[in-house]
Amino acid sequence: MEPFKQLNSTAVPLPIEEVDTDQIIPARFLKATTREGFGDNLFRDWRYHSDGSPKEGFVLNSPVYKGQILVAGSNFGCGSSREHAAWALYDYGFRAVVSSFFADIFRGNALNNGLLPVQVSPGFLDEVLQAIEQDPAAEFRIDLEQQQFIIVGTGAAASFEIDAYKKHCLLNGLDDIDYLLSIRDKIEDFERKRQAALPTAH
Amino acid sequence: MGKTLFDKIWDSHLVTQVGDDTQVLYIDRHFIHEVTSPQAFAGLEQRGIPVFRTQQTIATADHNVPTRNQHLPIQEELSRFQVDKLTENCGKFGVELYGLGHEYQGIVHVIGPELGITQPGMTIVCGDSHTSTHGAFGCIAFGIGTSQVEQTLATQCVLQRKPKRMRINVDGELQAGVTAKDIILYIISKLTASGGTGHFVEYAGSAIRSLSMEGRMTICNMSIEMGARGGMIAPDQTTVDYIRGRKFAPKGAAFEAAAAQWATLYSDEDAVFDQEHHFRAEDIEPMVTFGTNPGMGIGISQQVPEANGNTTFRKSLQYMGLQEGQLMKGQKINHVFIGSCTNSRIEDLRAVAAFVAGRKKAPHVQVMVVPGSKQVEKQAVEEGLDRVFREAGFDFREPGCSACLGMNEDKVPAGEYCVSTSNRNFEGRQGPGARTILASPLMAAATAIYGELVDVREALRTQAN
Ligand code: SF4
Repeated sequence: MEPFKQLNSTAVPLPIEEVDTDQIIPARFLKATTREGFGDNLFRDWRYHSDGSPKEGFVLNSPVYKGQILVAGSNFGCGSSREHAAWALYDYGFRAVVSSFFADIFRGNALNNGLLPVQVSPGFLDEVLQAIEQDPAAEFRIDLEQQQFIIVGTGAAASFEIDAYKKHCLLNGLDDIDYLLSIRDKIEDFERKRQAALPTAH
Repeated sequence: MGKTLFDKIWDSHLVTQVGDDTQVLYIDRHFIHEVTSPQAFAGLEQRGIPVFRTQQTIATADHNVPTRNQHLPIQEELSRFQVDKLTENCGKFGVELYGLGHEYQGIVHVIGPELGITQPGMTIVCGDSHTSTHGAFGCIAFGIGTSQVEQTLATQCVLQRKPKRMRINVDGELQAGVTAKDIILYIISKLTASGGTGHFVEYAGSAIRSLSMEGRMTICNMSIEMGARGGMIAPDQTTVDYIRGRKFAPKGAAFEAAAAQWATLYSDEDAVFDQEHHFRAEDIEPMVTFGTNPGMGIGISQQVPEANGNTTFRKSLQYMGLQEGQLMKGQKINHVFIGSCTNSRIEDLRAVAAFVAGRKKAPHVQVMVVPGSKQVEKQAVEEGLDRVFREAGFDFREPGCSACLGMNEDKVPAGEYCVSTSNRNFEGRQGPGARTILASPLMAAATAIYGELVDVREALRTQAN
């Protein structure tokens, strides 16, 4: 996993609530057996007509909005646990998603793939969306170390929460699995103790 | 202070703590399927490590399989490749696979319980959000992403923040024609699609207690639709009776010892929940959804609510082709899908068959009945349900996720309405442009017969006269 420290970027607005993972990447595109290439089908049915031509009104097809930050409405990533949603956003080029609320599983999946979920208050989310509306080239800064999201133009800043362990992983580009493999002895120890306590050998 | 059921199970599976709030949780059972596992197996391969506990890992093919001619090779190339990849991976890593053609094949959340693999007190994960289904047995069961599938394959553990606890009580008696599916759609409509976020839910109360295991699974299945990590119901005699004699359940004295231990799995009287909700069973009508998330549901006698300036809400109604203030009752329907891990068990099929026996579907409706597993299919045939379905003009298929997710061949055409017993009505969930209305198997059966949304309570009264 790529380390994540700081990000300076413009942002892409998607002011829709309850964006579920079926919209982020529809099930019919989940047939691949590798992690790459999902970005092409990110928001497929909002982005393209059924004949494959781009839908004009959709923000990813707009020449105006660009950037590595996606700004979306509350309960982003609800629904299916498909990690493909996080892969698709990352593969497309996003490195952070800003919302006033994230669904649990999506948040975990994003963090496991170097995609930073930045949760801000609904009021601050509106400020961010307004900043983009006023100037699509508005810059934003994410400082993971300080846990700050900053609207560069106005200097307005919001702090965001992140689990201390996950922060450490992101800053250093570490995977959970490396950690779990390093405590294999502890896990085996746990198995022995628990086995002894159970009424039946499962 | 007493402990909740959730805490009892969680604490007994806690391996160690990492930092302030992340914990290492030991996993008793890991289910895998073809869609969310290939990248995890590839990860193991890259690291050159084996599956840590093959005995605790069970695989099946369900999401991407056709529901016709399962004895033939899968026609769609990418689907075939993915299913073949699962077979290859299971072979290579020594994981038991109930693949296509196997007598135990089926939707992962249907086969776990019916084979007795799912038991009270366990921790269970699967790369699928509806893993919450297994919580009906008094387990901590939740969906995980593929990175966590890889972690579980490699170490039989996941890293997890401990969720908060919520209890939802439903007391009283259900009206005739109102089922477990209506209870959960009602709860989600009250608490919204994000009302359970960050929480693990325990369902309690007399209306929940009186449900069969199938009904309890339907309830727990949809916990994720209010954003909760999972749902659970304390095991009782109904649970014990269901498990006894199943293929992988303990036998003889071992079963009795296990059952005695299961009896200790309940929330202590003085246990404290972070949130608690109370509902009355009598208030619940047969439910339908009108929008594009499962929280957008109403009783069949009610009107579609006003948008009140909410653009997401309006966008949703636009997609559905429905109006604010309109009645759902009387809405013409072209497709009915009876299946999915929410409602494809034998009890669901029996309820549908009992309603439609001796009748025919409305001519303009296409009806698909997809059993949840090979075993459900077999039992349905033994009980003659397949004949009832065929005589009614229904299409009785082979097991799989089918039209629940629009990944395999079974899809609903753009713009058409489908009354579905599944769990998600997201845009395009059943195929691009498809308009899904979630409902119970009984409501789906009535829709099939009348060709429009009806109040199944009235239909049942007419039938009785
Ligand atoms: S039936 Fe639907 S919800 Fe259930 S596991 Fe399959 S795709 Fe997921």
